[in-house]
Amino acid sequence: MLLAALLLGGAPAAMMSCQPGHSQNGAANPSVQLPAVPPRELRSPDVFAVYSERAERSRALFSEAARVMLHPRCANCHPSGDTPLQREGGLHDPPVQRGAEDRGVVGMECTSCHQDQNLELARVPGAPNWHLAPRSMAWVGRSPDSICEQIKDPARNGGKSLAQIVDHSQHDALVAWGWAPGVEREPAPGSQAQFGALVAAWVESGAECPPPSAAPSEVR
Amino acid sequence: MSIKININGREQQLDVDPEMPLLWVLRDVLGLTGTKYGCGQALCGACTVHLDGQVVRSCVTPARRADGHSVTTIEGLAKNGDHPLQRAWVEQAVPQCGYCQAGQIMTAAALLAKKPKPTDAEIDQSLSGNLCRCGTYTRIRAAVRKAAGIDP
Repeated sequence: MLLAALLLGGAPAAMMSCQPGHSQNGAANPSVQLPAVPPRELRSPDVFAVYSERAERSRALFSEAARVMLHPRCANCHPSGDTPLQREGGLHDPPVQRGAEDRGVVGMECTSCHQDQNLELARVPGAPNWHLAPRSMAWVGRSPDSICEQIKDPARNGGKSLAQIVDHSQHDALVAWGWAPGVEREPAPGSQAQFGALVAAWVESGAECPPPSAAPSEVR
Repeated sequence: MSIKININGREQQLDVDPEMPLLWVLRDVLGLTGTKYGCGQALCGACTVHLDGQVVRSCVTPARRADGHSVTTIEGLAKNGDHPLQRAWVEQAVPQCGYCQAGQIMTAAALLAKKPKPTDAEIDQSLSGNLCRCGTYTRIRAAVRKAAGIDP
């Protein structure tokens, strides 16, 4: 949460105090409390059965998955500008540019340096198909509700169906890197299997989006 | 493991560890020492070569990535060392210590192959991963402009 909040530097202060299950625009049930979870872990989908109402459960599932999306390992390559971020959200150094195809500019392509796997000695991170998410998929500086609407919109999500979004979350090799980022980088919370299960459960429960200004789920 | 790489127009069959950095293959196995070792972390650009025309930092590129592909080094950029960039480099007296220039020229060559008349901003962007400790950046830019036939 702290890292996500740092990335969301311009976000309203109200985000910081939002508790899971607390009422936000009447969208959630204040009587529901999710169990605490350490910052590096994810709640499993079955925990969300505490929400008896389908839409509420769906919103809460997305808020949990958003903890992964807004983690620097994922958000750094979903920048809102034309430069990727690195480490805990600082600008990429050397100063690379997005380029016309989200793969850098001539002479400074992403794969000029990044390989298909992490390099332990050189410490250069790598995974298959290393590239930036297109501008339409920017996550940095956005709230979970905005990211949710974006992910559901085929005009902004690369023409994907919800089933394809689930498959991408569960199996994509570049997504997988978020949990195996190599030395000196904190992995995204949980595992890709857990993240994929959350996204699948979100879709199965109707793919509802959290209310505007809702924060990712609190970890405690 | 045997790896086949076309290097500077010549097919090379190499019996090397597939994870060996391409730079080691070039310098230590083939004796092509024009490509330099700088940082070993893809941060300085001294080891820049072309892989199928694309700029790669050979110090972090495993040899297996080049298997079945073409690599061009500074030795293979032009037959007689007279690529327009190499001539402009001399005319502008770009090299000072000279250590970075093979990488600088290889990146600039990839840029001009794709954008024959680059803007100053495009030159700066493309070459921003090639560091020069002598600080010859203004000369480098002038040489790229000269090679591109752009008025000074």
